[in-house]
This record gives sequence, C-alpha cells and structure tokens, in this order.
Amino acid sequence: MPSIAEGLFTDDRSPRLIGGRDPVTGRILFPRPFRDDSEPVALGETGTLWSWTVQRYRPKSPPYAGPETFTPWIVGYVELPGEVIVEARLVDVAIEDVRIGMTLRLMPVLLDPADPASPLIPAFAPMEASV
Amino acid sequence: MSDVCVVGIGIHPFGRTDGLSGLDQGVFAVRQALADAGVEWPDIQFAYGASDAAGNPDTMVDRLGLTGVQFINVRNGCAAGGAALFSAQMAVKSGEFDLGLAVGFDKHPRGAFNALPSEYNLPDWYGEAGYMVTTQFFAAKIMRYMHLFGISQQSLGRVAEKAFRNAVHASHAWRRQPVSLEEILNAPLVSDPYTKYMFCSPAEGGVALVLASEKKARELGKPLIRLKAATMRTRPPHSFEVFAPCVDIVEDDSGRRPTASAVASADAFDIAGIGPGDIDVAQLQDTEAGAEIMHMAENGFCADGDQERWLAEGRTEIGGALPVNTDGGCLACGEPIGASGLRQVYENVVQLRGAGEGRQIPGDPKTAYSHVYGAPGVSAVTILER
Repeated sequence: MPSIAEGLFTDDRSPRLIGGRDPVTGRILFPRPFRDDSEPVALGETGTLWSWTVQRYRPKSPPYAGPETFTPWIVGYVELPGEVIVEARLVDVAIEDVRIGMTLRLMPVLLDPADPASPLIPAFAPMEASV
Repeated sequence: MSDVCVVGIGIHPFGRTDGLSGLDQGVFAVRQALADAGVEWPDIQFAYGASDAAGNPDTMVDRLGLTGVQFINVRNGCAAGGAALFSAQMAVKSGEFDLGLAVGFDKHPRGAFNALPSEYNLPDWYGEAGYMVTTQFFAAKIMRYMHLFGISQQSLGRVAEKAFRNAVHASHAWRRQPVSLEEILNAPLVSDPYTKYMFCSPAEGGVALVLASEKKARELGKPLIRLKAATMRTRPPHSFEVFAPCVDIVEDDSGRRPTASAVASADAFDIAGIGPGDIDVAQLQDTEAGAEIMHMAENGFCADGDQERWLAEGRTEIGGALPVNTDGGCLACGEPIGASGLRQVYENVVQLRGAGEGRQIPGDPKTAYSHVYGAPGVSAVTILER
C-alpha cells in the first residue's frame, strides 16, 4: 500500500517509521529531515503516550487531504524510548479510554479508512488491542 | 540611558468590521494615537508596522500623508506586534529618532487559521494528514500540563468565564456578553479538553502606539509611561511548539518544557531590574484558556500547579493580587495577529493611566506586563512602568 510520503516507513513486511539521527549530536528527528545528512533510523515500534487530543472539526483543505465526510480522530504524541516523541494518529481506542502513559504499538492506517486506495499514515494502537 | 515612553495610544475595536479593510482599521488606530499624543502625522519620524494577512503596513502612507517617513514592515507570526514594538523602541533608544510609531492590524477569514506546511519548513504530508492545526497543538500542550500539575478542566473554564466578564467593560473587545462557567464547560468540545468557549477566534482590529524619547515625552507634557523592557525571543532546545511532528526526549520529563516565553520573560525582568512579584497587572497570551494558565508559570508569576488555587481564589481577577487579561484578552477580543500583542500594551497603558473605567484595577498600578506567544516558537514581552 502506498504511504502518504516517501521515506516515512521502512519496506519491511511490518513497516517501521524512519527517523533521522544527527551524526554529531545523536539527536533523532521524525520525519527524517528533507535533504539532510542525518542517518536514517528505523524507529522502535512500541512506546507510551506522552500527550494527546481529539481533532473534532475537519481541518481546512488544502492542506488536509482526508475524506470530506469527517469523523473526529485522536492525535497523540508517542514517546519511543531512547529515540524521540512522534506525532501520529491513535486508533483502536475509545476517546474516554485514552490515558497519558498507556503503552502503544505502531499500526499504520489509511488516511481515509473507507477508501482502500487511500495512503497509509503513521498511527499507534494500544498494545492489548494490537496483539 | 533615558527611557522610551509611550505617549499616545489608539485602537480600532476588535471583532468583525465588514466594509473596513485591515489597513483601514490600522489607519483609524494611528489617527487616534496621534490625537492622544497631541502630535500630527508629519511629526512622526519613523514607523514599524505589523500585519500577517492584511497587506503591507507601509501602504498606509497613502492615507496618512506622503511625508517620506521611514516605514518598516514586520512579519513575525503572533509576535509580529511585539517585534514591531521592540524595533520601534530600539530606534528611539539608539538616539536616532525622538518620536515614532508602532502599529499593527489584521483581518483574517472566519474559521481556524489556515497554515501551509511549506511556510514552516515542514513536509507536505504533515498538512495532508491534518496536523497543520494550531488548536491541536494547544490542546495537546495543556493535556500534558494538566496531567503533570493537576490542573482541572474547571480551571480552564474559570479563565474563559473571567475573560468574558472583564470584556463587558472594554469597549474595544469583541465578545462582551458574560458566559456562565456551566455553559462554558458544557459547550461542545473543539479539541479535548477545550470547549468552544475556551479558544479565541481569528478576528480583525488595529492598534497604534506613539513612542517618544523621555525628553520628547516631557515636551509633550504627557504622563511618563516608560517602556522598561521589550524582548522578543525564539525557542530554546527541547521545547514543545506549534506544528511539531516530533519532540525531543529529555532525561527528566516530570517538569515543564523550556519555552520561548520563559526566555523572553526572564530577559525582560532582567532588563527592567524588577521581578514578577513587582508587577501590578499582566496581559498574558490567552489564545486558549490553558495558555493563560501555563503562561502564568512560564512568565514566573507562580509555580506550576499553583494556578488551580490562584483561580479558585480569584487572584487573577480585576480586584485580585495579580489581575490578568483585564480587557478579556484574546478569548474575548479575538486575535488579529498583527494587532494582538499591541492590544495588550494598549490595555496596560489604559490601566496605568487609571482610565480603565469598569475594568480599572484598584490601587494605583505602577507596573504592567504583556506577553505573546506564537508559531513556530516565538515570544515577545514588555514591561511598562509609570
């Protein structure tokens, strides 16, 4: 399945996010900066929720390329231990069950869940639900 | 070195004014500020103008008079007004000029700000996925802050309730009807934990400030309202900012992250030679209710978590120990980006002159503080003294 951008995910059967490690400072950024001398790093697949909110109205287009019919979605910042905190969708969890500190696993989803041709975006799901 | 003084203030009411461009509203504010200072446009030696979405400020010379005046345009996100004011005071401080102007205006379309990734050095997919939304960031920032420091959603509601209550007495404010705490808390969520009353809206408006050297201010016979400090700073390492696809991990993440606001604030206090405890009134960036709460701590007025008690005790009310956002702030005035930071300084001058009428803080205030914060991690602070 196509991803929403080149260089976001590894080609593995279960793809991982690609970050960029600064060769001098070791600092990792996500996504790997465009035209950058940083080393690509396949980021860990599990982490904990650092913070979150719910997008309850449809963002303006452009730039938003999601479906016209809007369903609120959860956005989270996920701490990948020893690496970096990344922004991504939270899926497979009810809004009232979201807790800072909950453990999560990478589970990319379609930008438009109802359209199989839609590109993959980074997302995480609770560990229990993704096993 | 002699101080820079604010000798004239003008404002075009904030909100929505159909039929008037942003520039028109800026010109309105300039004329009012000139009259307030008792000077004419040809007396003005220089101007710095801020506008984010309403055109080039220097084009207002068409309207004000082709005097050949030096007029520099400033664009600096939400800190644009602060950047214009900083630059204007430097022009006076340097000894180059005696009398000049900082002006800001804007006019934004309805709805949320529509930023594009390329303007912020971000990849296009970030916007396509739906993350170029300022409200998302602000909500995620307060969500973590509430978790770390025990701030309740009720406290967020109290901030909004206070804003609308104060704005009743501010003729330049936009939303001037009180809203009950219950209605604020029960309103639809926009981005959790914020309901619709807890976010400000993009708006319209214009503000102008006439600045003078101390010598010139004495000649004009105006009460001396001194600009003791004006700082504008960018973000430090490990901060959490608007439009952040990632955040650094830090060893001890149990506290507040470093912010541009904390840097701008500490430097302003250092320059003014006073501390947070010496401030009589403060206007703190409140683009959302939690921002006021977090900015109370980032600007050094209280410890993280104390806000819960401060708000419950009414310490930031008009009659409290430290009145905050006496004209209703961004929550009640809306946010015309170029004008917003200058509105705070306008309101502080009103308070220091004792001209706040129904919203005047008691006790003959001598010091006033203003603070803005914006994308992609910029902040501007001023300290006034009478």
